[in-house]
Amino acid sequence: MAEVLTITDLVKQFGGLTATDHLSLSVDEGEVHAVIGPDGPGKTTLIGQLTEDITPNSGSIRFAGQDLTGMPVHRRSMLGLARSFQITNVLADFSARANVALAVQAHQGHSFRFWRKAASDPRLVDPAMRCLATVGLEDRAEVSASNLSHGEQRQLELAMALATQPSMLLLDEPMAGMGPEDSARMVEILKRLKGDLTILLVEHDMDAVFALADRITVLVYGRAIATGAPDAIRNDPDVRTAYLGEEAEDA
Amino acid sequence: MASFRYGFILLVMLALAAVPTVAIAIDEPFYVSLFTRMLVMAIAACSLNLVLGYGGMVSFGHAAYLGLGAYVVGIGFYHASNDGMEWALNGWMHLALAITIPGLVALLIGAISLRTRGVYFIMITLAFSQMLYYFFIGLERYGGDDGLSLWFLSDFGGVMDMNDDVDLYYLSYGLLLVILFLLYRLVNSRFGMVLKGAKSNERRLMAVGFPTYRYRLVAFGISGAICGIAGFLMANQSEFVSTAEMHWVHSGDLIVMVVLGGMGTLFGPVLGAVGFLMLEQYLPELIRGGCEVIGGNNCGIAGEYWKIVFGPLLIMVVLFARGGIDGLLQGKVGRNG
Amino acid sequence: MNWILLIEQCLNGIQLGLLLFLLAAGLTLVFGIMDLVNLAHGSLYMVGAYFAATFTAWTGSFVLAIVLTLPATLIVGAVVEIVCLRSLYNRDHLDQVLATFGLILFFNELVRLIWGPAGLNVPLPEFLSSSLELLPGLVYPSYRLAIILASLTAAFFLYWLVARTRIGMLIRAGASNREMVGALGVNIRFLFTIVFGLGAALAGLAGLMAAPISTVEIGMGENVLILAFVVIVIGGIGSIRGAFVAAILIGLIDTVGRAFLPDVIGTFFDDEFADAAAPALASMSIYLLMAVILAFRPEGLFSARGG
Repeated sequence: MAEVLTITDLVKQFGGLTATDHLSLSVDEGEVHAVIGPDGPGKTTLIGQLTEDITPNSGSIRFAGQDLTGMPVHRRSMLGLARSFQITNVLADFSARANVALAVQAHQGHSFRFWRKAASDPRLVDPAMRCLATVGLEDRAEVSASNLSHGEQRQLELAMALATQPSMLLLDEPMAGMGPEDSARMVEILKRLKGDLTILLVEHDMDAVFALADRITVLVYGRAIATGAPDAIRNDPDVRTAYLGEEAEDA
Repeated sequence: MASFRYGFILLVMLALAAVPTVAIAIDEPFYVSLFTRMLVMAIAACSLNLVLGYGGMVSFGHAAYLGLGAYVVGIGFYHASNDGMEWALNGWMHLALAITIPGLVALLIGAISLRTRGVYFIMITLAFSQMLYYFFIGLERYGGDDGLSLWFLSDFGGVMDMNDDVDLYYLSYGLLLVILFLLYRLVNSRFGMVLKGAKSNERRLMAVGFPTYRYRLVAFGISGAICGIAGFLMANQSEFVSTAEMHWVHSGDLIVMVVLGGMGTLFGPVLGAVGFLMLEQYLPELIRGGCEVIGGNNCGIAGEYWKIVFGPLLIMVVLFARGGIDGLLQGKVGRNG
Repeated sequence: MNWILLIEQCLNGIQLGLLLFLLAAGLTLVFGIMDLVNLAHGSLYMVGAYFAATFTAWTGSFVLAIVLTLPATLIVGAVVEIVCLRSLYNRDHLDQVLATFGLILFFNELVRLIWGPAGLNVPLPEFLSSSLELLPGLVYPSYRLAIILASLTAAFFLYWLVARTRIGMLIRAGASNREMVGALGVNIRFLFTIVFGLGAALAGLAGLMAAPISTVEIGMGENVLILAFVVIVIGGIGSIRGAFVAAILIGLIDTVGRAFLPDVIGTFFDDEFADAAAPALASMSIYLLMAVILAFRPEGLFSARGG
């Protein structure tokens, strides 16, 4: 199967702290690859290097045949890498539909179009409504994003990412701050997307990860200590001692 | 409340259309030039509103574009009267240059300023406008510090006469309507969505794939071009061009007009400009009158120091009625109205 | 090239730069620590000059006037901070711009009410009204030398205060990380008032020193404020060191540029063009410098944050 994302020997240091330590990781087309791990900085730094302006000290990130390091943020989206944010990050004073329509618009060529009304343009509105329907928000389309519940805002995040027609989705803790009910709904939505989309999922919620992932990489102090299918990870002794150990005992 | 708001705005626009007729009927031609100034400032405030209200860019240098537009007329006049270049008075050419030159200068200034954010952006737009101010003070040839008195105004052949106050009034009114309509289309277009989106959450916009810088820059250029039109009208209205109008304090006045009227609304800046110039014109008399009612001494002097009331009034508007006049019309009183 | 003239102009440039530094130092701290855009800082410069004029007239002594003006402007600054600016710290920059713009109108009008619309002249203090021969052929007014010395003293005092004292430690911490200072349990409100008052006193000092060599008039702070902004933008917000370097740079370029640019342009172009263009270009030079520096370092030369 074709690799969509290939991370090779990535290193990022902040002063004395090594946040990414010779990390190699790949995501195949159509798979859900989850990254878990006990430490926060390692995962955040990885996402920063994939989607933002954090430049690695060495190593490479190749996506869709191109090197991502040093590439402007907006061009990564154009290549087909979409992301959702860990902390909800939507346009608060726009309606849910306008939020998604803007994401659709971003991928329909340049926006130096000054005349035609965007809010009634079917080329924007129709795809936006389809994306909202995918995440189950079609009834809330006209509601201002700031008036949506936390769970709904997370769904809106996802709809915006989908609207850019990505070849890979990078989900940064999509269940963060959600109650069990909202989490379950989000897992259902992602399950439906699975297969059509390549997803890199960074998540704390173990139930969600084991329900969704085809492969899992365990990150400890910025280093990948294991990569494999969920069952293999569950039974990996290194992982059990380093990370799952405590949780397994709790359960 | 919504119908009241639109009714009020319609009333203001209709009243503005009737000003010359009424002024001539009651034999007070002074009102024509006062209200022309309001229209001119309304255009300038609308241009600022595009970047400030819709784009969230606190530009503190719009007086410079106003001045550039005015100097197009002034420099044309200078060469027509001193070098015999009659063509330099051509009004259509003035108008075209008063759009393109300030627009291009705004693109240039914006290209540097928009690399920065927040406090830096405010200070840099301020500094560049002050640079242009000193540039024109240094140009002794075109009057320098003293400015230029225009004996001839922009020449539109037989179409209209800038020496005729009523012609100038209706030209200003017509241009204001055209600009309002263009802005209405623009802020609701795809471009407008990006502009408003970047104000709301720039990081998100970049993440979905918008190179926000270039959209902001183009908006900044358009804003400068529209402001130049106001400068062109201002020169013909006052028959005088000077650096005083480019001073940064006037950029502050423009921001006040936009906020006073209501940021990020189509008609807010028009209401703000009218309101601002009304206050400037009548607040001194109001204070004098109020002073006489309560029986104070030296009421004439009290009226002279009207800005001592105006300043704190401004602070109050900022702190307690951020929606401005348009916000009040919509029934929103709180600060983020 | 006339070396004597060049040295003289450089001294003038340094003197202007030091005055700008006194203005910019307070302003950059207020920006850096309180994240507040204060357009009314120029008003404090103006108030300092008017105080100096009044106190000189009362006491007949410029030195006594200095002694009275410094605490007076400090108090004015502290009062402004407590009455008005304190409620602006959590507002966005546009609110701050508007409110402090309102303060300018208020101060201008208040000054007109108290001192009248006409400008005032402050006589040079007798003991500094002569000139010194620094080098053979280089005669320089002793008052301007005194400005240089006094400003340098103030700059060293500021350096000592910021680098060596507890208050200075808090100021530095606040400029790089505001939340941290709050977390230390420091009385932030009091610290802010002190910083603002200090900035006001420095602005007042600049105003009072400028008073005898310029006209004391309404609005005198408005143009010099923009120069202080340029200094801060070039130096980097919150950085005193940056403000110092940038202020001297600006002072030198502005002064020397005005004096020599006509000659320089005259060697390349004809005199008529040089006469017409040189003053305009000279007055633009510092802004062009700002543009160039920003193009390469948008955060300024010495950014206090993350630099």
